[in-house]
Amino acid sequence: MLGPTGPASVPGRDGCDGGAVLDDLHVSKVPRTTGIGYPEYLLTSENFAHSDRTGDHVTRRAAIVGGNRTPFVRAGRRYAHVSAQDLLVAALDGLVARYGLAGERLGEVVAGAVLKHSRDLNLTREAVLSTALDPATPAFDVQQACATGLETAVLVANKIALGQIEVGIAGGTDSASDAPIAVDDGLRRVLLELSRARTVGQRLAAVSKLRPGQLRPDPPRNAEARTGLSMGEHAARTALEFGVSRGAQDELALASHRNLAAAYDRGFFDDLLTPYLGVQRDDLLRPDTTLEKLAALKPVFGRDLDGEATMTAGNSTPLTDGAAAVLLASDEWAAQRRLPVLAHLVDAETAAVDHVHGEGLLTAPVEAAPRLLARHGLSLEELDLVEVHEAFASTVLATLAAWERKGLGTVAREKLNVAGSSLATGHPFAATGGRLLATTAKLLHERGGGRALISVCAAGGQGIVALVEA
Amino acid sequence: MAGPLAGDPYGALVRTGPGKFLAARTGLPRPPRLRRYEEGQDLLTGPALVTGLTGAAHVDAVRDALRTAGADLAAGTDVGAATLGALVVDASGLRTVDQLGELLATAPDFKRTRGRLLVLSAVPAAVDGPESRAVQQGLEGFVRSLGKEARGGTTVNLLRVADGATTSLRSAVQFFCSARSAYVDGQPLVVGPGEPQAVREHRVAVVTGAAQGIGAATAEVLARSGHHVVCVDIAASGEKLAAVANRVGGSTLHLDVTADDAPRTLAEHLADRFEGADVVVHNAGITRDRSFVNLDEAAWRSVLAVNLGAPVRLTTALLDHPGALAAGARFVCLSSMNGIAGAKGQTNYATSKAGLVGLVEALAGSLSARGFAVNAVAPGFIETPMTAAMPPVPRELGRRTSSLQQGGLPVDVAETIAWLAQPDAAGVDGQVLRVCGQNLLGA
Repeated sequence: MLGPTGPASVPGRDGCDGGAVLDDLHVSKVPRTTGIGYPEYLLTSENFAHSDRTGDHVTRRAAIVGGNRTPFVRAGRRYAHVSAQDLLVAALDGLVARYGLAGERLGEVVAGAVLKHSRDLNLTREAVLSTALDPATPAFDVQQACATGLETAVLVANKIALGQIEVGIAGGTDSASDAPIAVDDGLRRVLLELSRARTVGQRLAAVSKLRPGQLRPDPPRNAEARTGLSMGEHAARTALEFGVSRGAQDELALASHRNLAAAYDRGFFDDLLTPYLGVQRDDLLRPDTTLEKLAALKPVFGRDLDGEATMTAGNSTPLTDGAAAVLLASDEWAAQRRLPVLAHLVDAETAAVDHVHGEGLLTAPVEAAPRLLARHGLSLEELDLVEVHEAFASTVLATLAAWERKGLGTVAREKLNVAGSSLATGHPFAATGGRLLATTAKLLHERGGGRALISVCAAGGQGIVALVEA
Repeated sequence: MAGPLAGDPYGALVRTGPGKFLAARTGLPRPPRLRRYEEGQDLLTGPALVTGLTGAAHVDAVRDALRTAGADLAAGTDVGAATLGALVVDASGLRTVDQLGELLATAPDFKRTRGRLLVLSAVPAAVDGPESRAVQQGLEGFVRSLGKEARGGTTVNLLRVADGATTSLRSAVQFFCSARSAYVDGQPLVVGPGEPQAVREHRVAVVTGAAQGIGAATAEVLARSGHHVVCVDIAASGEKLAAVANRVGGSTLHLDVTADDAPRTLAEHLADRFEGADVVVHNAGITRDRSFVNLDEAAWRSVLAVNLGAPVRLTTALLDHPGALAAGARFVCLSSMNGIAGAKGQTNYATSKAGLVGLVEALAGSLSARGFAVNAVAPGFIETPMTAAMPPVPRELGRRTSSLQQGGLPVDVAETIAWLAQPDAAGVDGQVLRVCGQNLLGA
């Protein structure tokens, strides 16, 4: 919540949880503002009373115009020698080409990566400079683990809703192949001390602290900082807690592959994806996989727990490389360009749980969704589509079970991840949000309207959910 | 894009000192360096001379066209003076066999022309009397022969000027005398009446198969002349396609032109997003070469579906869909020299490419009633990934059997397409224009 005044404590809604300085507006359709530069509606209470904003129309809903992503590829394969920045450039350039934005200055490009090199401090801006966009397009990075991709879209949508920008791109990228490898912390301290040394004596003193063991590199680990457990081990504990069976997980994985394959076959991704380095489809997709094949895989997580180990390579996502981007704009901007609007990003909610003291690491969406839906007076049954990021099949099933326990309703399987999800596409951490949002928007547009919920869990016990309408 | 003679090691060799010497001594071909369009260049490398023979009706119009395009005009009687950049001979008034003899008087001027020779005739079918028609038809043989005698990259072409062809004549003269027509040689073209429609501020062109080769070059040239280019190709070519679209400031559309819903998708895309297309270039094409007896059904069907079926279906859909075409829209189909001449192993390909000639001829009349025009361009041997994959001997023969003794570049075809798409070329309709350097095949 950015607002410096009273309304900042009001539950966040897209557009209304802003309050950033509005002195750099370059658009005509700006909400009325008060003398101190904040939109008047932020200072009045009735705008926060309910979610229907048709009355006073003080903010506008950000339109999802379209998306583009690279095919996702298992780490160490076809994208092994390109960086997260290269991938992001490819995703952005494909989007720019699809919507004829070459040479245009956009309001902002917001993206991020989970695995970042120290040189990537300005990753998105550097990527923008390599695209066909006008170099005068500003950009910034976001980091919220696997929630990054969806969070960037919320941030861009909020700026659009507030009238700060007319159009922006949200996205994310990750290369597990090109992951940063740090040097040993002891060696790093010695090197820093050496750089500060002024005398020969100081230099010798610094060098004398070098130890052979410090030459061991420090690669990134897929482990939680505060628990030391891998994400899979955390998920295995949650799976056990909710009694998620192996069979149910394998069935979900099978559906993911089948749905994704069917979507490709009907050309669904023709305008959501641009091939990269000769790769035309997600290489994790196994259109011909079967329950038997999935059942034959050995469990890899939860083997030390007091219960059946159910999580395998087939029902868990592997490390993946890829990038995704979504074009968001005001309805006016889209209309001016005669670009059809697929859907609107209506609202979003983030949540966090205390995974350090026993809550499920990936269960934050369990908390986020009820808060979001309550704000709109909706139950799960009133949604037409539900997209739950398949970090692990067990995560999806545990999340659905938890929602049901909370009385939020049930999600019919024919509404769930209908064009496949991360188990089949793969999961380049920060790219997943963009994939989900563009896919969902197009699905809603195809069915001629409706509401969808997107749910993404993230490391650090966090999660984000978003409501999309067409 | 490949530079001149990229992939043509022989052509490059005979431009070096020793190579030039050897080729001269042995009588081997020495392909000239062709002058191609560059921004800001002069129309011609020297003054233009316009000569009217008996009954010539277009001398003033031609002079005006050249002067408008920035050319210097040489005095008509200035025999023996400096090299000419262009020579235009208006023979459209010749009606008797005797009068054909006047052509002989142009020989000294022909000799000193380094650039463009353009002969103007009447439309033979439109003149009265057997002798008149014979005389006018005879000019084609004259032009085709001169094309083979011309040296140093000089091209010789024939414009058959119909009554009332004012704007189109000016446009054609300017194109055929410019560097944009570098690889158009030895060709006749009918220039008819037809005035441009009101030109939109934001013109839109759609090019199928735009990811590479001639399609990519066409996108570039159309963008250069102020079009937003909708670059269409199959999704699998999306990476290259995006690079082309971003380079030319256009946009991409992933579309399999053979898909059932492709015509509707394209028509809606053009109508909804662009208020219709001003230019439609049917460039997407594939080859599946095999001798006829070894040809399987898939190789036949896929080539016919992409090269012929798609242009037929897309054109029909665009004509039927309200708003898919802007006023004065142009269609350009990519036929092929091999479609006209036939080629071993290409029964499927040549059938499709000859079929396009029929499509153009069939549509021409009906479209002009709606203010549209449709033409075909038939490339000869063009240096593309397709010809790079040919076996060396046929490839080398393909290059040297033209009057210009070299393969053309994708941009040469693109320039011709872009000219046919120009609003002021409205009177060129139902034509098949070869861009082949006057290749022997099918000529």
